[in-house]
Amino acid sequence: MAIQVRIPTALRKLAEGRDVVEVEGANVGEVLTNIKSLFPALAEQLVDENGKVRRFVNLFANDEDIRFLDELDTELSAGDELSIVPAIAGGR
Amino acid sequence: MAAEGIVDLIGNTPLVRIRHLTEHLPDSVEIYAKLEYFNPGGSVKDRPARQIVLDALARGDLGEGKILIDSTSGNTGVAYAMLGSSLGFEVNLVMPANVSQARKDIVEAYGAKIIFSDPLEGSDGAIILAKRTVENDTEGKYWYADQYSNPSNPLAHELTTGPEIFRDTGGRITHFVSSLGTTGTCTGTGRALRKLKPGVQIISVEPDAAFHGLAGLKHMDSSIVPAIYDRSVPHRNLSVSTEDGWDYAELLAAKEGLPVGYSSGAAFAGALRVASEIDEGVIVCVFCDHIDRYLPPRKMKK
Repeated sequence: MAIQVRIPTALRKLAEGRDVVEVEGANVGEVLTNIKSLFPALAEQLVDENGKVRRFVNLFANDEDIRFLDELDTELSAGDELSIVPAIAGGR
Repeated sequence: MAAEGIVDLIGNTPLVRIRHLTEHLPDSVEIYAKLEYFNPGGSVKDRPARQIVLDALARGDLGEGKILIDSTSGNTGVAYAMLGSSLGFEVNLVMPANVSQARKDIVEAYGAKIIFSDPLEGSDGAIILAKRTVENDTEGKYWYADQYSNPSNPLAHELTTGPEIFRDTGGRITHFVSSLGTTGTCTGTGRALRKLKPGVQIISVEPDAAFHGLAGLKHMDSSIVPAIYDRSVPHRNLSVSTEDGWDYAELLAAKEGLPVGYSSGAAFAGALRVASEIDEGVIVCVFCDHIDRYLPPRKMKK
């Protein structure tokens, strides 16, 4: 399914300057794998060398933190949004 | 003797020696941390918020029913909200929607109102929304505190933080390490220390990447640079990774009894780097806040 992935300002230059990119995936894990092939530099910012999502990166499936859902197994339907939100950045 | 109000309880925070995480260093290299979470609002931002508010009241910018508005990623908002509740003025805060629930709850407990900005736009998004809200304020109901440009911000640190550190190290400080957000702490404290002790080294710390998880800090190259930032104050700038900031925050809690936030972990990482380069010295770093403002994951509001 085509998922709308929302990109934070700090990472847009790694997504061709876009604030939303469409990526295929039936769950969050699949979307991340596909981001890796489409935008490898972007994926590098999101996951560590072991393929785990970095601690300070919050992923929201339609406004719910995936930690409250099924983590990377959280299922997604066509048109769903996956938002990448840093653990609050920049200034006071 | 009792204090007249919460305003009088801001500042004069303790300085504590770091013992266990410095065991690899010679005894002649000492690291101290200034514990700013001892402030009544819970963070270092009580200081600039107080100065900003008192200066505005003295000038007549605040008072007569004016509402204080500013953008904040949390701590300054809490401080303003506390001062508004204590001194009797309304507070509206523009915050990214991904600030922790703890911050939202405490701000609302003080009676302040939050305007949420897009979390994907970060704190710069909050700055932009605050400016736009003020521009559209045709009734003139707001006074824009503008912590990123207001000279009362670094002044607070020049008047309080710097002299306290000089006093509490008995004048022995050789290096001051501060992380950069609005840059008020580094700029103001640095100015005071350079006057009190010429030769003291001022070191700033910032995140090593535009995309980072060090709440409150700015990666200057990719951000709106605060107008109050005086680059002539620090002698040196260090870049610290989010991973190091988080790891040290956890170690400080587990090994030193200091449950600090992530920017504190980053400042400590900077202090350790400085310590590794010298044979003797007294290094002071600032621990801005407590980890309890960050702990639970949060729901996002649109």
